[in-house]
Amino acid sequence: MSNNTRRHFITKTGALMGALLAAGMISGSAFAADFPTAKVNTTKLAVTDTTVKVGILHSSTGTMAISETGSIQAEKLAIAQINAMGGVLGRKIEVIQEDGASDWPTFAEKSKKLLVNDKVATVFGCWTSASRKAVLPVFEKENGLLFYPTFYEGLEQSKNVFYTGQEATQQILAGLDWIAKEKKAKTFYLIGSDYIWPRTSMKIARKHIEQKLGGKVVGEEYIALGDTQFGSVINKIKLKKPDVIYAAVVGGSNVAWFKQLNAAGLNSKKQNMLTISVTEDEVLGIGGENLEGFYSAMKYFQSLKNPNNEKFVAEFKKMWGPKSVIGDVTQAAYLGPWLWKAAVERAGSFDVDKAAAALPGYELKAAPEGYVKVDPNHHLESKLRVGKWLANGQAEVVYESELIKPDPFPKGYQ
Amino acid sequence: MFDYSMAEIGNIVVMQAFSGLSLFSVLLLMALGLAVIFGQMGVINMAHGEFMAIGAYTTVFLSKVAETYGIVNYYFLFAIVIAFIIAFIIGYLVEFALIRHLYKRPLDTLLATWGLSLVMQQIFRSTFGAKEVSAVLPEWLMGSFQPTPDIDIPINGVFVLGLALVVTVGVYLFMFRSRWGLRVRATVQNRVMAGAVGINTKKVDRVTFALGCGIAGVAGAAFTTIASTGPTTGSLYIVDSFMVVVFGGAASIMGTIASAFGIAQAQSILQFFMTSSMGKVATLMVIVGILMMRPEGLFASKVRK
Repeated sequence: MSNNTRRHFITKTGALMGALLAAGMISGSAFAADFPTAKVNTTKLAVTDTTVKVGILHSSTGTMAISETGSIQAEKLAIAQINAMGGVLGRKIEVIQEDGASDWPTFAEKSKKLLVNDKVATVFGCWTSASRKAVLPVFEKENGLLFYPTFYEGLEQSKNVFYTGQEATQQILAGLDWIAKEKKAKTFYLIGSDYIWPRTSMKIARKHIEQKLGGKVVGEEYIALGDTQFGSVINKIKLKKPDVIYAAVVGGSNVAWFKQLNAAGLNSKKQNMLTISVTEDEVLGIGGENLEGFYSAMKYFQSLKNPNNEKFVAEFKKMWGPKSVIGDVTQAAYLGPWLWKAAVERAGSFDVDKAAAALPGYELKAAPEGYVKVDPNHHLESKLRVGKWLANGQAEVVYESELIKPDPFPKGYQ
Repeated sequence: MFDYSMAEIGNIVVMQAFSGLSLFSVLLLMALGLAVIFGQMGVINMAHGEFMAIGAYTTVFLSKVAETYGIVNYYFLFAIVIAFIIAFIIGYLVEFALIRHLYKRPLDTLLATWGLSLVMQQIFRSTFGAKEVSAVLPEWLMGSFQPTPDIDIPINGVFVLGLALVVTVGVYLFMFRSRWGLRVRATVQNRVMAGAVGINTKKVDRVTFALGCGIAGVAGAAFTTIASTGPTTGSLYIVDSFMVVVFGGAASIMGTIASAFGIAQAQSILQFFMTSSMGKVATLMVIVGILMMRPEGLFASKVRK
């Protein structure tokens, strides 16, 4: 063997070994061998040696598409990132996306399709409470797993659902405490859209204002969904002169509400307002100039300053365009796939019962919103922030609470 | 109510009166185009709201263009004209492609135009995105006019009111003082006879339909000052539009005006003294009651059937 050939041989072997090593490190199959499919999947889910199927169930058409598009994008981003890291238990995530079309029976039907026909290991989805209530019996009967991203009214807990947004007391109490102290507010005017979430939230808010803060509710008003005429309501507010307007108006009404408030001379210089229904997504439609100086109580704002969030915002924009904005629910939706990955890896199994049982107690430190912890009641322990809206459509975070434990069935507030 | 001073109550009465007028102008603008199409032609145009959305999207688009050229303060009136023209042209094409085949089956126009509205919503969604957008408004349309420090009259409300009056007068002149209006009215009264005396009834239909759509476009443009624009914006307006037209009496422009005024005042006053949703319920109850007694609406048409 001449020197020349020998060198050639060594190079060749080295390359081969390198390739083998790389294959072992990057491709999931070697890793997945530690978790044989028969062992990690005893309930006939769509899990193979190399892939696992999951569902995304949101409205990409209909009225709710406005809100749910952000959640779809966030979930896809998280899944792409997880796949780039090697997937879950060495298996690449394959997404089956279904459209709930803003129609609650459609949500129920599609969830059944995902669980029964496709046998997905988990579903990330739903946005409105109505859609969640529609799919809940299906998930409980077929024993599926759902990660639900929206802040909502509470009064629910299921072994098949993890709630990655805040429940009502987490979002309401700390915010009211803050504004009562900061603005020395005594009188409150409650206004919301006419459906379950605002009504339950206002019930909690009223109890808190009257019993804990010693304040007074001078008006409580609900607007039909989609109504765009606020003239009479605004005049009533002007007559009552509340220290704070506490608002949970949603959808198309939201934009009309802020535009007309401003046009009637009630801007942030004359009136304090704390809202629990405006995120960066809504601001796009409302226009920053109509909101400037008003406050929102949320657990996440795009402008949060921490390394996790800066990375998240940058990668979100890289994937979905530099103009995209990220609201509270979008961030909560982003947590879903990561929490599911943690659940499966802690359980060492894709089985729904095992994964769901393994998740409580898990601490997700890399969340864009900062630290969150999964509570035994399937909600997240998280902080509340109050953001002051700026003309450019972003919020300046002016208050951050301590970590708040979730309490979906609050005593004394029902 | 009596914890307040006379001055405060006076101020609220003024603002409340204006809020009623403002709602009146919104309802009137919404319903005028429909009154022309439904009232004069008997076509149940379920896509009326989507023609408003065309006007609204036109305005939003032009506002973005105006923003890049720094002429935001001047574009708005121009945008209203363009919104009319675009909605008119699309209405003209829709009549040609769809509506004219259905004149003998008026109830089918309901289904066909409803289908059309779904198609248009999806086109908006694919073209402009699912998120709601807002037009950048000129300075002079924002804020409020204050005759005294405690009275705020919203300027966008005044603008919509003015526009509603201009459009109403325009429609009136067109229908009752022009040759075109004469032909439209003749066709409505007796299509065969109108044809016999040399009126091109097909052309009349096409222009009438397009005109109604054009007016819807103007309404849509005006509403960008009070609300946002999304793919399903139109569906917010369609129920109120039909309510005004049916309550007023289908074939009468005067009826539409009277009905818009009555509904607006009732709703505005009731909403002040009751809660907002109860006010709306009470208004609807009154309308149902009156329609039971007068099924033809407030102003019954005297059309020969």
